[in-house]
Amino acid sequence: MFSKLKRLKESLAKTRDSLLGKISQIVGGRKLDDDLIDEIEEILLKADLGVAATDKIIQRLRKNASENNISDSDAVYSLLKGEITGILSRQKAAVISAEGAKPVVWLITGVNGTGKTTTVGKLAHYFKSNNKNVMIAACDTFRAAAVEQLAIWAERSGVAFMKAQSGADPASVAFDAAISAKAKNIDYLLIDTAGRLHTKANLMEELKKIRRVTEKVIPPEQILSKLIIDGTTGQNALSQVKVFTEAVGCDGLIITKLDGTARGGIMVAIAEELSVPVDFIGIGEKIDDLQVFEAESFVEALFEG
Amino acid sequence: MFGELIDKFDDIFRTLRGSGKLSEKNIKDSLREVRRALLEADVNYKVVKDFIAHVETEAVGEKVLKSIEPGQQLVKVVHDELVRLLGEKAESMTPATKFPTIYMLCGLQGSGKTTLSGKLALLNKRKNKKVLLVAADIYRPAAVKQLKILADSIGVEVFQMENTKPPVICEEAKRHAEKNFFDLMIIDTAGRLHIDEELMIELDDIKAGVAPDELILVADSMTGQDAVNLADKFHQRLKLTGVALTKLDGDARGGAAISIRAVTGCPIKLVSVGEKLSDLEVFHPDRMASRILGMGDIVGLVEKAQGAVDLKEAAKIEEKLKKQSFTLEDFYDQLQQIKKMGPLESILGMIPGVGKALKGVQIDEKGMGRVEAMIQSMTLEERRNPNIIDGSRKLRIASGSGNSVQNVNLLLKQFFAMQKMFKNMGKMKIKGLPKGAFPFQMNI
Repeated sequence: MFSKLKRLKESLAKTRDSLLGKISQIVGGRKLDDDLIDEIEEILLKADLGVAATDKIIQRLRKNASENNISDSDAVYSLLKGEITGILSRQKAAVISAEGAKPVVWLITGVNGTGKTTTVGKLAHYFKSNNKNVMIAACDTFRAAAVEQLAIWAERSGVAFMKAQSGADPASVAFDAAISAKAKNIDYLLIDTAGRLHTKANLMEELKKIRRVTEKVIPPEQILSKLIIDGTTGQNALSQVKVFTEAVGCDGLIITKLDGTARGGIMVAIAEELSVPVDFIGIGEKIDDLQVFEAESFVEALFEG
Repeated sequence: MFGELIDKFDDIFRTLRGSGKLSEKNIKDSLREVRRALLEADVNYKVVKDFIAHVETEAVGEKVLKSIEPGQQLVKVVHDELVRLLGEKAESMTPATKFPTIYMLCGLQGSGKTTLSGKLALLNKRKNKKVLLVAADIYRPAAVKQLKILADSIGVEVFQMENTKPPVICEEAKRHAEKNFFDLMIIDTAGRLHIDEELMIELDDIKAGVAPDELILVADSMTGQDAVNLADKFHQRLKLTGVALTKLDGDARGGAAISIRAVTGCPIKLVSVGEKLSDLEVFHPDRMASRILGMGDIVGLVEKAQGAVDLKEAAKIEEKLKKQSFTLEDFYDQLQQIKKMGPLESILGMIPGVGKALKGVQIDEKGMGRVEAMIQSMTLEERRNPNIIDGSRKLRIASGSGNSVQNVNLLLKQFFAMQKMFKNMGKMKIKGLPKGAFPFQMNI
């Protein structure tokens, strides 16, 4: 646990240096006044929290501070920290479900270039290291060489792999994989889908079909839709979550590419406005650079040096 | 693209437009809304701040307050300032005129470099250029394979080397391109973080080795506030010659475009608007600003139409319209021309006001296919004189085209309505529409 926190802190160091970390510099030894509020607002906005979530957080911060007669800046700081931690830990479910009916299907969705295929590779490794039987189904039959890319990941983590010919109907691959996973006593079936912009109705229909067809083999409650969000994404992520949820549901998010300078503040906006939990965060290119999301340590890593 | 931002401005300015009186206060209120809209569009915080400050001094001045139509004037100030931020005029890529001209693409993971490489290759191949794609992404599994498949699909050669560092691959590729008289060489580099020192040095080395004519940063239009950081880092390090914005066919408000341009001063040279390899456009700052403000993109529409519509055909149709002898056969020809202009969604988005009216409406491209199928199932006689289509003919057309009789009825009903409309139109002059380019409305 300790080393895990350390790794996370290292990965987020850039973020901390450049942004939210500044909050502690700003609030140190100052009174809570309009200037301070403006500066906090600037920092939250620059971290991609968005106008709506920032407004709400600041409103609550003001209210909370006046109700409890807090004007000391250090207290404001921990108040803010508590507020953001609170928002991020509202929805939380175990990543590995309790022993139950098998297989559990993770339907991995998202717009183009968020890192779905890489994440599926890392997820396979994660479940495998937790002694689960894993199968990957390569349903991205659109992007050139996507299947080959995933095959390499499957080999690296040594899990079962189901693929189709390029250009085949992705739903049929999912169907075959579901049957095979059932027969082979697989615990987790990871379905990698093609990247699609949520504004393309026909592609969203294709995604619905993948889910529908999988439900013919596996009960709906065992199928979890997981949406991959690029951590550098701005406010458009909200729209992505809404539309993907409408199409195939959304049981959890995986936020990728948090090892850059992007703040991932969009996570807070999503949690605040749409109440979808974050399962994992991706913090690097290596196979084990995927961490179960923990609000406390994440905010801790963001705020402290 | 930029759709939601347009809506915001629409709402703000609708209240402003009509209003005869503008005070400093309601200018301030409006600008607060503008600020919010821009921030929600992911325009960088600092850029927004400067933008608002600038517009405010312009707007609160005599010019706006005392003008006859202050609302219009404020809209103009905001528009002009947006154009200024987006870079005044369109800048295009250096054409491939020597052996070889070199484009180098770089950017974060997943921004769309490989797809863009393919699009640029296709664009230049269509101009009869000999194009070489260089696979310099040796890290991501199957990246080289992806490029090869793309290249095969458009018939372009790929240069690749096993177990070699990217800078060496690129230098070898240049030698190969020189020897074999390639007009254009496009280097597809691996995605990397701007803070990954090792990989950034690799880009330095590639640049030093091949001296590219264009060094393009490929950026995802959905990027948030961080767009500024990454663009700035890439620019400081590599002295970019331009930026390409990808995935603009989504509903991202695209504030990244404004931020990147404002902070780095690098022109946005390309925008990528679809999954097909032909979906690539030149970035026009003035048109984009007009789109943001909901003024539509008539120039773009006319250009598209000119590219696709056969002028002789158009003149013929116009003649027919006047004589009221427009038939289903002509209608079918027109459908083919519209199809050449690209996806309906993007065409309609260019018409002023339509963007908003069509919000949430999914254009059914299949509908057009259905209409086509129905007309194809008609005899020539029926196409020329739809009045003869009776019940049994309808049944035949329906089963021949895999449609219901209701659909056939609907098509005929709309066609006759259209004929009637043209009859009336023949009597008046239509302003603003490109000749013969877009006379139809379809509801199937």
